[in-house]
Amino acid sequence: MTVQGHNVSLHERARRIRCHALRMGEVQGQGYIAQALDIADVLAVAYFHAMRYRPEDPEWEGRDRFLLSNGHYAIALYAALIEAGIVPEAELETYGFDDSRLPMSGMASYTPGMEMSGGSLGLGLTIAVGRCLGLKRKGYDSFVYTLFSDGELDEGSKWEAMMSAAHYKLDNLIAVVDVNNQQADGPSGQMMGFEPLVDKVRSFGWFVQRVDGNDLNAVVAAFDAAKTHEGAVPRMIIADTVMGKGVPFLEARERNHFMRVDANEWKLALAALQDGSQP
Amino acid sequence: MKVTSSTTTSKQRLTTSAMIASIAAEGQPTRPAPFGHALIELARRCPEVVGMTADLGKYTDLHVFAKEFPDRYYQMGMAEQLLFGGASGLAAEGFMPFVTTYAVFASRRAYDFIHQTIAEEDRNVKIACALPGLTSGYGPSHQAAEDLALFRAMPNMTVIDPCDALEIEQVVPAMAAHPGPVYMRLLRGQVPLVLDEYGYKFELGRAKHLRSGDDVLIISSGLLTMRALEAAKKLEADRVGASVLHVPTIKPLDVETIVAACRKPGRVVVVAENHTIIGGLGEAVAAVLMRERVHPAFHMIGLPDEFLAAGALPTLHDRYGISTDAIVGSVKSWL
Repeated sequence: MTVQGHNVSLHERARRIRCHALRMGEVQGQGYIAQALDIADVLAVAYFHAMRYRPEDPEWEGRDRFLLSNGHYAIALYAALIEAGIVPEAELETYGFDDSRLPMSGMASYTPGMEMSGGSLGLGLTIAVGRCLGLKRKGYDSFVYTLFSDGELDEGSKWEAMMSAAHYKLDNLIAVVDVNNQQADGPSGQMMGFEPLVDKVRSFGWFVQRVDGNDLNAVVAAFDAAKTHEGAVPRMIIADTVMGKGVPFLEARERNHFMRVDANEWKLALAALQDGSQP
Repeated sequence: MKVTSSTTTSKQRLTTSAMIASIAAEGQPTRPAPFGHALIELARRCPEVVGMTADLGKYTDLHVFAKEFPDRYYQMGMAEQLLFGGASGLAAEGFMPFVTTYAVFASRRAYDFIHQTIAEEDRNVKIACALPGLTSGYGPSHQAAEDLALFRAMPNMTVIDPCDALEIEQVVPAMAAHPGPVYMRLLRGQVPLVLDEYGYKFELGRAKHLRSGDDVLIISSGLLTMRALEAAKKLEADRVGASVLHVPTIKPLDVETIVAACRKPGRVVVVAENHTIIGGLGEAVAAVLMRERVHPAFHMIGLPDEFLAAGALPTLHDRYGISTDAIVGSVKSWL
């Protein structure tokens, strides 16, 4: 099964994003690799189906903005930026080392294509609201995408921003929530209950879709619907994902928020991705 | 702090100073809403200027801007984290947000949002905050005794503590001309006019001598420059020569002017600020003098390291030593 209309299939894009992320993880011997694997499909759809941008000019005014709120997912976004041709693949070797443009937590001034400094969770949606207001002031038709994770819903600022996005009718805002049900201290829903998430956000006045975030066709359909929805309301895609997706022995691993991977396992993980390139 | 019950006396009882009350003394010349009117002037020249607040437009003089430019005004609700994150986003799209709230909420509630989305990202956001230091009688919830310490410590942040209406009018365009984030303490409502008689001109990063005297050098900012000038006049009547060096830019500090003034022999140096004695102008000046090996007799006038009482401002300013009479008394005791 392939998604139609792409020269390189989205499956292949997602697989390569996973490979780039694993290679960066191997460079440091650690990292938020389970999250990178779970969100790779969403990033493949964002960068190779939904978004408008120019790889040779990452600050092009007409681009869609992508704000990574959960800065520790930088390893995933770097992988997407490499795949998109915004960051040279060779820089992958510098990930997390001194003076690299690819620090462990994403920061706006370090990396082409990184629109904000994340890391302190709860910032991204508030910035996105300002971006959307600014784009509307300028009369641009760009979308602002922002990615955050279920654990970030614990932060009150997320709900401040959700209220304001509906208040200001920000139909140029597409928020993507990665529900992998894992945060630093344990399963997200056990740390602080956030369900029923669809009902909650819908009651705030948003157009909300919930999809299997590792089903490329479903994710493509959700991005298409988010872009074309006719209401003057902000849009949210809630993506249920599986930590470590695509590498079975990592999917099965517990305590995977900040995953330790043994030196010999990186090669095994890459090999698993080669074998499983087509589901 | 121990609170004792008070009995009614023949003396008029002072009421708690409301947040909208003017800090002007009776009979003092004032100008209305200098910040709001200066912002309107700026916005006429600069189309990128927008105004933002978190349910405090009326209490920060931004309402006059909102009336003039309703489509350039963003009411963000009572949500300071959103306010500053949103300002970062608007700045990232090329706009120049002037953002208002109370100094307590910017410095305490929204600190991380200003730190990360504005200072670290180097966004061109101008922050103007009312009720600096002890200018509210509502108690610690509204008394921003620590805001200068907090914003001084933040990399990439310029910090300004203007004295009066004239200075606020001059600071607004200077903030716009300075690329990057700026924090300004705001006096609002009927704001005293003081510096006009000194031929004053604000320059970002520059301290200015307002008057000279041979016995004491008062280094001050904001409201306390107003008080220092009044104290200097009273001291002069008692044959004490008081020099006043006004330091409106707390960061970056005008080290050269401050050190040169303190090198002049024979003068007691007093730093006076409407701020806790921890981490504000006093400690900043002390550190500079230590580094430069200049060691005059040195004293600090500022708010004590404690949660301040609620009440009437004249009472509180006397109690905590920042009223004109209290400053005169302190200076005399140090000579």
